[in-house]
Amino acid sequence: MTTDATYLDGNAAAGALSEVFAMDVTSAVTQCNGCGQTGVFAESHVYVNAPGLVARCAGCDNVLLRVVTTPSDIYLDLRGLTYLRLPNP
Amino acid sequence: MERTALRRRLTWQVATVTDVRRETATARTLVLDVPDWPGHLAGQHLDVRLTAPDGYRASRSYSVASAWPSATIELTVEQVPDGEVSPYLVDVLQVGDPLEIRGPVGGWFVWKPEQEGPVQLIGGGSGIVPLRAMLRAHAAAASTAPVRLLYSVRRPASVIYVDDLKELAASDDVDVRLVYTRKAPAGEPRVGRIDADLIERLAFTPADEPTTYVCGPTPFVEAVADLLVAAGHDPARVRTERFGPTGGPQ
Repeated sequence: MTTDATYLDGNAAAGALSEVFAMDVTSAVTQCNGCGQTGVFAESHVYVNAPGLVARCAGCDNVLLRVVTTPSDIYLDLRGLTYLRLPNP
Repeated sequence: MERTALRRRLTWQVATVTDVRRETATARTLVLDVPDWPGHLAGQHLDVRLTAPDGYRASRSYSVASAWPSATIELTVEQVPDGEVSPYLVDVLQVGDPLEIRGPVGGWFVWKPEQEGPVQLIGGGSGIVPLRAMLRAHAAAASTAPVRLLYSVRRPASVIYVDDLKELAASDDVDVRLVYTRKAPAGEPRVGRIDADLIERLAFTPADEPTTYVCGPTPFVEAVADLLVAAGHDPARVRTERFGPTGGPQ
């Protein structure tokens, strides 16, 4: 099985991210730290067949974000994001 | 107190199955009673979590099939061969059983009645589920926004929500077209996937400035989104939701 056939999109990470963020991150605009592309997080490629969730840039495949949930903790790795732009209500 | 509600940390809660409906040989609708459901937008989804006796947990995301407000929440689940979660939801879960859920989640793949402009819905297989919620919300709001649905299925027996779609198609504002990829019913000569010609003939044009929602398995969504962009549609107006055998919204 290749990884290409198995990705979903940012929508699939909405539940896990809702445990951490007060606002919906899937409709946030993100900038990739690898290629500089901006886009809506929902359109990123999300792999759930890993320990946790991995979101990759739809443009360059750089890892944008990782979420790993264990029984006692949630690990959030945002190193691939230059920024997240959320609406200021 | 709206702000307090907005900042509520979303976590798991227990719903109860109040009814089940067989949709196709492999898909079933679950009707859930969820205490204190905060309401949802058409297109949002929720996560379902199963816990094995040894503590092993698996969660998957499913689109809500019903529109809000309603007394219950409906999910339609398509069985994934060798899946960890869907076979239990489709074949084992019974009326009266508890089910752990978290939601609603997702704010991108949603349609709101106050949104301007025509709505183009394109679904493949059980990708129809969030689109059905949008059609229901459109009907409930008595919206006059023109809606077109292109629904790709393998064969007539694969159609989910047959009666519902017939009812919705009776509205002057809603156009429902089925596309058969393996076997068509009598009288329907075309068998094949959605292609550029079909998009040109049946979908809103770029000049109509529709908001387009595409939901289905990842390869379906990629193919349709590429066709739309090639036909001149603004990628920013094409919203997509993918699902696959590893889980995710479906």
